[in-house]
Amino acid sequence: MRIFDPHIHMTSRTTNDYQAMYDAGVRAIVEPAFWLGQPRTSVGSFVDYFDGLIGWEPFRAAQFGIRHHCTIALNPKEANDPRCVEVLDVLPRYLAKDGVVAVGEVGYDSMTPEEDRVFAAQLQLAVEHELPVLVHTPHRDKLAGTLRTLDVVRESGIPPERVVIDHLNEVTVEAVRDSGCWMAFSIYPMTKMTEQRMVRILLDHGIERMLVNSAADWGRSDPLKTRRTADAMLAAGFSASEVDTVVWRNPVAFYGQSGRLELDEVDVDELATFEGNSIRRGGA
Amino acid sequence: MNMAAIALQARLSDDAERWLATAVNAIKADARTVRALFPAAARKCGRGPLQSDELPGWTVDEAARVVLLDALPADALSAEIGELYRYGDAAEKRAVLRGLDLLPLGAGGLPIVRDALRTNDARLVTAAMGPYSAKELDPHAYRHGVLKCVFMGIPLADIAGLDRRVDDELIAMLRSFAAERAAAGRSIPTDVTRLLPLPLEF
Repeated sequence: MRIFDPHIHMTSRTTNDYQAMYDAGVRAIVEPAFWLGQPRTSVGSFVDYFDGLIGWEPFRAAQFGIRHHCTIALNPKEANDPRCVEVLDVLPRYLAKDGVVAVGEVGYDSMTPEEDRVFAAQLQLAVEHELPVLVHTPHRDKLAGTLRTLDVVRESGIPPERVVIDHLNEVTVEAVRDSGCWMAFSIYPMTKMTEQRMVRILLDHGIERMLVNSAADWGRSDPLKTRRTADAMLAAGFSASEVDTVVWRNPVAFYGQSGRLELDEVDVDELATFEGNSIRRGGA
Repeated sequence: MNMAAIALQARLSDDAERWLATAVNAIKADARTVRALFPAAARKCGRGPLQSDELPGWTVDEAARVVLLDALPADALSAEIGELYRYGDAAEKRAVLRGLDLLPLGAGGLPIVRDALRTNDARLVTAAMGPYSAKELDPHAYRHGVLKCVFMGIPLADIAGLDRRVDDELIAMLRSFAAERAAAGRSIPTDVTRLLPLPLEF
Protein backbone atom coordinates (compact mmCIF):
# COMPACT_ATOMS: atom_id res chain seq x y z
CA MET A 1 0.00 0.00 0.00
CA ARG A 2 1.34 3.46 -0.92
CA ILE A 3 0.37 6.38 1.30
CA PHE A 4 0.64 10.16 0.91
CA ASP A 5 0.04 11.95 4.24
CA PRO A 6 -1.16 15.39 3.11
CA HIS A 7 -0.82 17.01 6.56
CA ILE A 8 1.82 16.06 9.12
CA HIS A 9 4.22 18.19 11.22
CA MET A 10 7.39 16.12 11.01
CA THR A 11 9.53 18.82 12.63
CA SER A 12 7.97 17.59 15.91
CA ARG A 13 8.46 13.87 15.22
CA THR A 14 11.30 11.40 15.72
CA THR A 15 13.37 9.26 13.36
CA ASN A 16 11.49 6.23 14.77
CA ASP A 17 8.30 7.79 13.39
CA TYR A 18 9.88 8.20 9.95
CA GLN A 19 10.91 4.53 9.98
CA ALA A 20 7.48 3.34 11.13
CA MET A 21 5.79 5.51 8.50
CA TYR A 22 7.96 4.09 5.73
CA ASP A 23 7.26 0.55 6.96
CA ALA A 24 3.51 1.32 6.90
CA GLY A 25 3.71 2.48 3.27
CA VAL A 26 4.12 6.26 3.58
CA ARG A 27 6.19 7.49 0.63
CA ALA A 28 5.27 11.19 0.43
CA ILE A 29 4.12 13.87 2.86
CA VAL A 30 3.19 17.52 3.07
CA GLU A 31 4.22 19.44 6.19
CA PRO A 32 2.14 22.60 6.63
CA ALA A 33 3.68 25.57 8.41
CA PHE A 34 1.83 26.06 11.69
CA TRP A 35 2.47 27.27 15.19
CA LEU A 36 4.93 25.50 17.44
CA GLY A 37 3.07 25.40 20.76
CA GLN A 38 5.46 28.01 22.12
CA PRO A 39 4.45 31.32 20.46
CA ARG A 40 7.02 33.02 18.24
CA THR A 41 7.76 36.67 18.92
CA SER A 42 9.65 37.81 15.82
CA VAL A 43 9.77 37.45 12.05
CA GLY A 44 13.23 35.89 12.33
CA SER A 45 11.79 32.86 14.14
CA PHE A 46 9.43 32.25 11.23
CA VAL A 47 12.17 32.64 8.63
CA ASP A 48 14.37 30.08 10.41
CA TYR A 49 11.35 27.73 10.66
CA PHE A 50 10.57 28.13 6.94
CA ASP A 51 14.23 27.47 6.10
CA GLY A 52 13.94 24.22 8.07
CA LEU A 53 10.82 23.23 6.14
CA ILE A 54 12.62 23.60 2.79
CA GLY A 55 16.05 22.45 4.03
CA TRP A 56 16.72 20.19 6.99
CA GLU A 57 13.34 18.40 7.17
CA PRO A 58 13.22 17.24 3.49
CA PHE A 59 16.78 16.01 3.99
CA ARG A 60 15.75 14.04 7.09
CA ALA A 61 12.69 12.54 5.33
CA ALA A 62 14.79 11.50 2.33
CA GLN A 63 17.03 9.48 4.64
CA PHE A 64 13.98 7.28 5.26
CA GLY A 65 12.84 7.06 1.64
CA ILE A 66 10.04 9.62 2.05
CA ARG A 67 9.42 12.63 -0.22
CA HIS A 68 8.83 15.78 1.86
CA HIS A 69 6.99 18.90 0.68
CA CYS A 70 5.64 21.81 2.68
CA THR A 71 3.09 24.60 2.72
CA ILE A 72 4.05 28.11 3.86
CA ALA A 73 1.89 30.72 5.60
CA LEU A 74 1.32 32.84 8.67
CA ASN A 75 -1.00 30.65 10.76
CA PRO A 76 -4.26 32.09 12.15
CA LYS A 77 -3.23 31.83 15.81
CA GLU A 78 -0.13 33.99 15.37
CA ALA A 79 -1.86 36.31 12.89
CA ASN A 80 -3.23 37.99 16.02
CA ASP A 81 0.24 38.98 17.28
CA PRO A 82 1.38 42.32 15.78
CA ARG A 83 5.01 41.21 16.19
CA CYS A 84 4.42 38.39 13.69
CA VAL A 85 2.29 40.01 10.98
CA GLU A 86 5.34 41.30 9.08
CA VAL A 87 5.93 37.67 8.10
CA LEU A 88 3.50 38.44 5.26
CA ASP A 89 6.27 40.49 3.60
CA VAL A 90 8.68 37.53 3.33
CA LEU A 91 6.07 34.95 2.25
CA PRO A 92 6.40 35.68 -1.51
CA ARG A 93 10.04 34.56 -1.42
CA TYR A 94 9.10 31.22 0.12
CA LEU A 95 6.00 30.67 -2.01
CA ALA A 96 8.35 30.60 -5.04
CA LYS A 97 10.44 27.67 -3.71
CA ASP A 98 10.52 24.24 -5.35
CA GLY A 99 9.45 22.29 -2.24
CA VAL A 100 6.47 24.55 -1.44
CA VAL A 101 3.23 23.04 -2.81
CA ALA A 102 0.55 25.28 -1.24
CA VAL A 103 -0.21 28.30 0.91
CA GLY A 104 -1.15 27.08 4.39
CA GLU A 105 -2.26 26.61 7.05
CA VAL A 106 -4.44 29.69 6.79
CA GLY A 107 -7.96 30.27 8.14
CA TYR A 108 -9.55 31.10 11.46
CA ASP A 109 -8.71 30.45 15.08
CA SER A 110 -10.75 32.99 17.09
CA MET A 111 -12.31 34.78 14.09
CA THR A 112 -10.85 38.21 14.89
CA PRO A 113 -10.58 41.16 12.44
CA GLU A 114 -6.79 40.53 12.30
CA GLU A 115 -7.44 36.94 11.21
CA ASP A 116 -9.87 38.19 8.54
CA ARG A 117 -7.23 40.50 7.09
CA VAL A 118 -4.37 37.96 7.13
CA PHE A 119 -6.58 35.18 5.72
CA ALA A 120 -7.75 37.33 2.80
CA ALA A 121 -4.22 38.59 2.08
CA GLN A 122 -2.88 35.04 1.91
CA LEU A 123 -5.66 33.86 -0.41
CA GLN A 124 -4.53 36.62 -2.78
CA LEU A 125 -0.93 35.42 -2.48
CA ALA A 126 -2.12 31.95 -3.51
CA VAL A 127 -3.79 33.40 -6.61
CA GLU A 128 -0.64 35.37 -7.50
CA HIS A 129 1.68 32.38 -7.04
CA GLU A 130 -0.71 29.90 -8.70
CA LEU A 131 -0.70 27.68 -5.62
CA PRO A 132 -3.46 25.69 -3.93
CA VAL A 133 -4.48 26.62 -0.37
CA LEU A 134 -4.73 24.54 2.80
CA VAL A 135 -7.34 26.02 5.18
CA HIS A 136 -7.52 25.12 8.86
CA THR A 137 -10.95 25.24 10.50
CA PRO A 138 -11.24 26.40 14.13
CA HIS A 139 -11.55 24.02 17.05
CA ARG A 140 -14.10 26.24 18.81
CA ASP A 141 -17.34 27.23 17.07
CA LYS A 142 -16.37 24.98 14.17
CA LEU A 143 -19.55 25.08 12.08
CA ALA A 144 -19.81 28.88 12.12
CA GLY A 145 -16.07 29.10 11.41
CA THR A 146 -16.35 26.71 8.49
CA LEU A 147 -19.27 28.58 6.92
CA ARG A 148 -17.47 31.90 7.30
CA THR A 149 -14.34 30.29 5.78
CA LEU A 150 -16.33 29.21 2.72
CA ASP A 151 -17.70 32.76 2.33
CA VAL A 152 -14.19 34.25 2.41
CA VAL A 153 -12.93 31.66 -0.10
CA ARG A 154 -15.83 32.46 -2.43
CA GLU A 155 -15.23 36.22 -2.20
CA SER A 156 -11.50 35.79 -2.93
CA GLY A 157 -12.21 34.49 -6.42
CA ILE A 158 -9.87 31.51 -6.05
CA PRO A 159 -11.31 28.41 -7.81
CA PRO A 160 -12.78 26.05 -5.14
CA GLU A 161 -10.92 23.03 -6.61
CA ARG A 162 -7.68 24.71 -5.53
CA VAL A 163 -8.77 24.89 -1.87
CA VAL A 164 -8.81 22.15 0.78
CA ILE A 165 -10.72 22.72 4.04
CA ASP A 166 -9.17 20.67 6.84
CA HIS A 167 -10.15 19.20 10.23
CA LEU A 168 -13.72 18.51 9.10
CA ASN A 169 -16.28 16.28 10.82
CA GLU A 170 -19.84 14.97 10.32
CA VAL A 171 -21.28 18.43 11.00
CA THR A 172 -19.12 20.44 8.62
CA VAL A 173 -18.54 18.04 5.69
CA GLU A 174 -21.71 18.75 3.76
CA ALA A 175 -21.27 22.51 3.34
CA VAL A 176 -17.70 21.99 2.13
CA ARG A 177 -18.75 19.26 -0.31
CA ASP A 178 -21.39 21.58 -1.80
CA SER A 179 -18.83 24.41 -2.16
CA GLY A 180 -16.63 22.42 -4.57
CA CYS A 181 -13.61 22.65 -2.23
CA TRP A 182 -11.66 19.54 -1.22
CA MET A 183 -12.51 17.95 2.14
CA ALA A 184 -9.79 16.88 4.58
CA PHE A 185 -10.05 14.98 7.86
CA SER A 186 -7.46 14.75 10.60
CA ILE A 187 -7.61 11.35 12.30
CA TYR A 188 -6.58 11.61 15.95
CA PRO A 189 -6.16 9.08 18.76
CA MET A 190 -8.63 10.85 21.09
CA THR A 191 -10.20 14.00 19.69
CA LYS A 192 -11.38 15.36 16.35
CA MET A 193 -12.01 12.20 14.28
CA THR A 194 -11.49 8.45 14.57
CA GLU A 195 -10.84 6.05 11.68
CA GLN A 196 -14.21 4.36 12.24
CA ARG A 197 -16.10 7.65 12.01
CA MET A 198 -14.02 8.48 8.94
CA VAL A 199 -15.07 5.28 7.20
CA ARG A 200 -18.72 6.12 7.94
CA ILE A 201 -18.25 9.58 6.36
CA LEU A 202 -16.68 8.02 3.26
CA LEU A 203 -19.62 5.58 3.00
CA ASP A 204 -22.08 8.47 3.27
CA HIS A 205 -20.33 11.05 1.08
CA GLY A 206 -18.13 9.07 -1.32
CA ILE A 207 -14.39 9.28 -1.92
CA GLU A 208 -14.27 12.12 -4.43
CA ARG A 209 -12.27 15.20 -3.24
CA MET A 210 -11.66 13.43 0.11
CA LEU A 211 -8.29 13.61 1.93
CA VAL A 212 -7.26 11.78 5.10
CA ASN A 213 -4.31 12.93 7.22
CA SER A 214 -2.73 12.25 10.61
CA ALA A 215 -1.97 15.93 11.37
CA ALA A 216 0.58 14.44 13.78
CA ASP A 217 2.53 17.11 15.66
CA TRP A 218 3.89 17.75 19.15
CA GLY A 219 0.54 16.89 20.75
CA ARG A 220 -1.12 13.53 21.35
CA SER A 221 -1.27 12.23 17.80
CA ASP A 222 -0.30 9.21 15.69
CA PRO A 223 1.65 9.40 12.41
CA LEU A 224 0.25 6.01 11.36
CA LYS A 225 -3.41 7.10 11.38
CA THR A 226 -3.42 7.28 7.58
CA ARG A 227 -2.56 3.57 7.41
CA ARG A 228 -5.07 2.66 10.13
CA THR A 229 -7.81 4.49 8.24
CA ALA A 230 -6.85 2.68 5.03
CA ASP A 231 -7.06 -0.65 6.87
CA ALA A 232 -10.46 0.31 8.33
CA MET A 233 -11.67 1.16 4.81
CA LEU A 234 -10.61 -2.28 3.53
CA ALA A 235 -12.32 -3.96 6.50
CA ALA A 236 -15.52 -2.05 5.67
CA GLY A 237 -15.52 -3.36 2.10
CA PHE A 238 -13.82 -0.59 0.11
CA SER A 239 -11.66 -1.95 -2.73
CA ALA A 240 -7.87 -1.57 -2.81
CA SER A 241 -8.28 0.90 -5.67
CA GLU A 242 -10.74 3.03 -3.68
CA VAL A 243 -8.33 3.07 -0.75
CA ASP A 244 -5.53 4.10 -3.12
CA THR A 245 -7.69 6.97 -4.35
CA VAL A 246 -8.15 8.32 -0.82
CA VAL A 247 -4.62 7.85 0.54
CA TRP A 248 -2.59 8.47 -2.62
CA ARG A 249 -4.31 9.65 -5.81
CA ASN A 250 -6.43 12.36 -4.17
CA PRO A 251 -3.57 14.13 -2.34
CA VAL A 252 -1.42 13.80 -5.49
CA ALA A 253 -4.21 15.38 -7.56
CA PHE A 254 -4.77 18.20 -5.07
CA TYR A 255 -1.16 19.20 -4.36
CA GLY A 256 -0.16 18.32 -7.94
CA GLN A 257 -1.97 21.52 -8.92
CA SER A 258 1.18 23.33 -7.74
CA GLY A 259 3.24 21.62 -10.47
CA ARG A 260 5.93 21.07 -7.83
CA LEU A 261 5.37 17.54 -6.43
CA GLU A 262 8.42 15.25 -6.63
CA LEU A 263 7.21 11.66 -6.34
CA ASP A 264 9.91 9.50 -7.92
CA GLU A 265 11.46 7.07 -5.47
CA VAL A 266 14.10 8.45 -3.12
CA ASP A 267 17.62 7.20 -3.68
CA VAL A 268 18.59 6.84 -0.02
CA ASP A 269 22.17 7.97 0.66
CA GLU A 270 22.83 7.11 4.30
CA LEU A 271 26.17 8.90 4.31
CA ALA A 272 24.72 12.17 3.06
CA THR A 273 24.87 15.25 5.24
CA PHE A 274 22.85 18.45 5.30
CA GLU A 275 25.06 21.47 5.83
CA GLY A 276 27.57 19.09 7.38
CA ASN A 277 25.14 17.61 9.89
CA SER A 278 23.82 14.07 9.67
CA ILE A 279 21.12 12.10 11.44
CA ARG A 280 23.54 9.31 12.30
CA ARG A 281 24.45 9.14 15.96
CA GLY A 282 27.39 7.34 17.52
CA GLY A 283 28.63 5.62 14.38
CA ALA A 284 30.18 8.50 12.50
CA MET B 1 27.09 38.14 -23.21
CA ASN B 2 27.63 36.51 -19.84
CA MET B 3 29.56 33.20 -19.90
CA ALA B 4 26.60 31.45 -18.25
CA ALA B 5 24.30 32.57 -21.06
CA ILE B 6 26.75 31.32 -23.70
CA ALA B 7 27.09 27.96 -21.97
CA LEU B 8 23.29 27.62 -21.77
CA GLN B 9 22.79 27.92 -25.52
CA ALA B 10 21.59 24.59 -26.93
CA ARG B 11 21.08 23.25 -23.38
CA LEU B 12 17.52 24.60 -22.94
CA SER B 13 14.22 23.41 -24.41
CA ASP B 14 12.21 25.94 -26.41
CA ASP B 15 9.85 26.43 -23.46
CA ALA B 16 12.72 26.96 -21.04
CA GLU B 17 14.43 29.40 -23.41
CA ARG B 18 11.22 31.41 -23.73
CA TRP B 19 10.71 31.42 -19.96
CA LEU B 20 14.27 32.63 -19.36
CA ALA B 21 14.02 35.41 -21.97
CA THR B 22 10.74 36.63 -20.47
CA ALA B 23 12.21 36.47 -16.97
CA VAL B 24 15.27 38.49 -17.99
CA ASN B 25 13.05 41.21 -19.46
CA ALA B 26 10.89 41.28 -16.34
CA ILE B 27 13.93 41.70 -14.10
CA LYS B 28 15.35 44.48 -16.28
CA ALA B 29 12.03 46.31 -15.99
CA ASP B 30 11.59 45.69 -12.23
CA ALA B 31 14.44 44.24 -10.17
CA ARG B 32 12.05 42.98 -7.47
CA THR B 33 10.62 40.32 -9.80
CA VAL B 34 13.88 38.39 -9.37
CA ARG B 35 12.69 37.39 -5.88
CA ALA B 36 10.13 34.91 -7.29
CA LEU B 37 11.83 34.16 -10.64
CA PHE B 38 15.19 33.13 -9.17
CA PRO B 39 13.72 30.29 -7.00
CA ALA B 40 11.55 29.10 -9.93
CA ALA B 41 14.47 28.69 -12.38
CA ALA B 42 15.24 25.02 -11.66
CA ARG B 43 11.71 23.75 -12.31
CA LYS B 44 11.42 25.93 -15.42
CA CYS B 45 14.86 25.28 -16.99
CA GLY B 46 15.97 21.86 -15.65
CA ARG B 47 18.60 20.62 -13.21
CA GLY B 48 20.92 18.51 -15.41
CA PRO B 49 24.68 19.01 -15.89
CA LEU B 50 25.63 22.06 -17.96
CA GLN B 51 28.42 20.19 -19.82
CA SER B 52 30.51 23.31 -20.32
CA ASP B 53 34.32 23.32 -20.45
CA GLU B 54 34.36 26.95 -19.34
CA LEU B 55 32.09 26.33 -16.34
CA PRO B 56 33.07 22.84 -15.17
CA GLY B 57 30.78 21.13 -12.66
CA TRP B 58 27.94 23.63 -13.17
CA THR B 59 24.30 22.58 -13.60
CA VAL B 60 21.71 24.05 -15.97
CA ASP B 61 19.72 25.67 -13.15
CA GLU B 62 22.86 27.35 -11.79
CA ALA B 63 23.65 28.87 -15.18
CA ALA B 64 20.02 29.97 -15.66
CA ARG B 65 20.03 31.60 -12.23
CA VAL B 66 23.25 33.47 -13.00
CA VAL B 67 21.67 34.76 -16.24
CA LEU B 68 18.83 36.14 -14.08
CA LEU B 69 21.32 37.81 -11.71
CA ASP B 70 23.12 39.32 -14.69
CA ALA B 71 19.86 41.00 -15.73
CA LEU B 72 19.65 42.98 -12.46
CA PRO B 73 20.19 46.75 -12.86
CA ALA B 74 23.54 47.87 -11.42
CA ASP B 75 21.97 49.89 -8.59
CA ALA B 76 19.94 46.90 -7.34
CA LEU B 77 22.50 44.14 -7.89
CA SER B 78 24.27 44.07 -4.56
CA ALA B 79 21.17 44.34 -2.35
CA GLU B 80 19.08 41.82 -4.32
CA ILE B 81 21.88 39.25 -4.44
CA GLY B 82 22.44 39.53 -0.70
CA GLU B 83 18.77 38.81 -0.02
CA LEU B 84 18.50 36.02 -2.60
CA TYR B 85 21.39 34.34 -0.83
CA ARG B 86 19.93 34.96 2.63
CA TYR B 87 16.53 33.47 1.75
CA GLY B 88 17.84 30.86 -0.70
CA ASP B 89 17.64 27.09 -0.34
CA ALA B 90 20.92 25.19 -0.80
CA ALA B 91 20.68 25.13 -4.62
CA GLU B 92 19.89 28.87 -4.79
CA LYS B 93 22.77 29.74 -2.43
CA ARG B 94 25.15 27.72 -4.54
CA ALA B 95 24.03 29.48 -7.72
CA VAL B 96 24.68 32.87 -6.11
CA LEU B 97 28.19 31.75 -5.10
CA ARG B 98 28.88 30.40 -8.59
CA GLY B 99 27.76 33.67 -10.13
CA LEU B 100 29.90 36.07 -8.06
CA ASP B 101 32.82 35.85 -10.48
CA LEU B 102 30.68 36.62 -13.54
CA LEU B 103 28.99 39.72 -12.12
CA PRO B 104 30.27 43.30 -11.68
CA LEU B 105 30.40 43.15 -7.88
CA GLY B 106 33.98 44.03 -7.04
CA ALA B 107 34.53 43.16 -3.38
CA GLY B 108 30.77 43.41 -2.73
CA GLY B 109 30.27 39.64 -2.76
CA LEU B 110 32.70 38.94 0.06
CA PRO B 111 30.10 38.87 2.89
CA ILE B 112 28.33 36.07 0.98
CA VAL B 113 31.58 34.12 0.58
CA ARG B 114 32.35 34.52 4.27
CA ASP B 115 28.90 33.21 5.22
CA ALA B 116 29.30 30.16 2.98
CA LEU B 117 32.72 29.43 4.46
CA ARG B 118 31.14 29.38 7.94
CA THR B 119 28.76 26.55 6.95
CA ASN B 120 29.62 22.87 6.94
CA ASP B 121 27.92 22.14 3.63
CA ALA B 122 30.55 20.83 1.19
CA ARG B 123 28.49 22.04 -1.80
CA LEU B 124 28.53 25.62 -0.48
CA VAL B 125 32.13 25.60 0.71
CA THR B 126 33.33 24.28 -2.67
CA ALA B 127 31.35 26.92 -4.55
CA ALA B 128 32.67 29.58 -2.17
CA MET B 129 36.28 28.69 -3.05
CA GLY B 130 35.73 29.39 -6.76
CA PRO B 131 37.38 31.95 -9.09
CA TYR B 132 35.78 34.91 -7.28
CA SER B 133 37.49 34.01 -3.99
CA ALA B 134 40.79 33.39 -5.80
CA LYS B 135 40.65 37.05 -6.86
CA GLU B 136 38.97 38.77 -3.94
CA LEU B 137 39.62 36.92 -0.67
CA ASP B 138 42.36 38.33 1.55
CA PRO B 139 45.31 35.95 2.20
CA HIS B 140 44.22 35.00 5.73
CA ALA B 141 40.66 34.09 4.71
CA TYR B 142 41.87 32.29 1.58
CA ARG B 143 44.29 30.11 3.58
CA HIS B 144 41.57 29.23 6.08
CA GLY B 145 39.21 28.42 3.20
CA VAL B 146 41.78 25.97 1.83
CA LEU B 147 42.24 24.39 5.27
CA LYS B 148 38.49 24.06 5.68
CA CYS B 149 38.30 22.22 2.34
CA VAL B 150 41.07 19.86 3.46
CA PHE B 151 39.23 19.11 6.72
CA MET B 152 35.97 18.47 4.84
CA GLY B 153 37.58 16.15 2.31
CA ILE B 154 37.00 18.54 -0.61
CA PRO B 155 39.67 17.85 -3.30
CA LEU B 156 42.21 20.66 -3.62
CA ALA B 157 41.69 20.45 -7.41
CA ASP B 158 38.21 21.95 -6.80
CA ILE B 159 39.71 25.14 -5.31
CA ALA B 160 40.28 27.96 -7.80
CA GLY B 161 43.63 29.75 -8.04
CA LEU B 162 45.54 27.55 -5.58
CA ASP B 163 48.73 27.44 -7.72
CA ARG B 164 48.81 31.22 -7.76
CA ARG B 165 47.77 31.87 -4.16
CA VAL B 166 49.72 29.25 -2.28
CA ASP B 167 52.30 30.93 0.03
CA ASP B 168 54.73 29.97 2.78
CA GLU B 169 52.15 30.43 5.49
CA LEU B 170 49.64 28.14 3.78
CA ILE B 171 52.34 25.52 3.33
CA ALA B 172 53.20 25.81 7.02
CA MET B 173 49.51 25.37 7.95
CA LEU B 174 49.22 22.29 5.75
CA ARG B 175 52.41 20.82 7.22
CA SER B 176 51.02 21.32 10.68
CA PHE B 177 47.73 19.68 9.62
CA ALA B 178 49.71 16.74 8.19
CA ALA B 179 51.72 16.41 11.41
CA GLU B 180 48.54 16.30 13.51
CA ARG B 181 47.04 13.69 11.22
CA ALA B 182 50.24 11.59 11.41
CA ALA B 183 50.32 11.88 15.21
CA ALA B 184 46.74 10.61 15.33
CA GLY B 185 47.66 7.69 13.09
CA ARG B 186 45.32 8.95 10.40
CA SER B 187 45.99 9.19 6.68
CA ILE B 188 46.87 12.44 4.90
CA PRO B 189 45.04 13.19 1.64
CA THR B 190 47.48 12.64 -1.26
CA ASP B 191 46.61 15.98 -2.86
CA VAL B 192 47.84 17.65 0.34
CA THR B 193 51.15 15.77 0.47
CA ARG B 194 51.73 16.61 -3.19
CA LEU B 195 51.49 20.30 -2.37
CA LEU B 196 54.15 20.17 0.34
CA PRO B 197 57.60 20.92 -1.12
CA LEU B 198 59.76 19.05 1.41
CA PRO B 199 59.60 15.37 2.20
CA LEU B 200 57.42 14.82 5.25
CA GLU B 201 59.28 13.53 8.30
CA PHE B 202 57.54 13.28 11.63
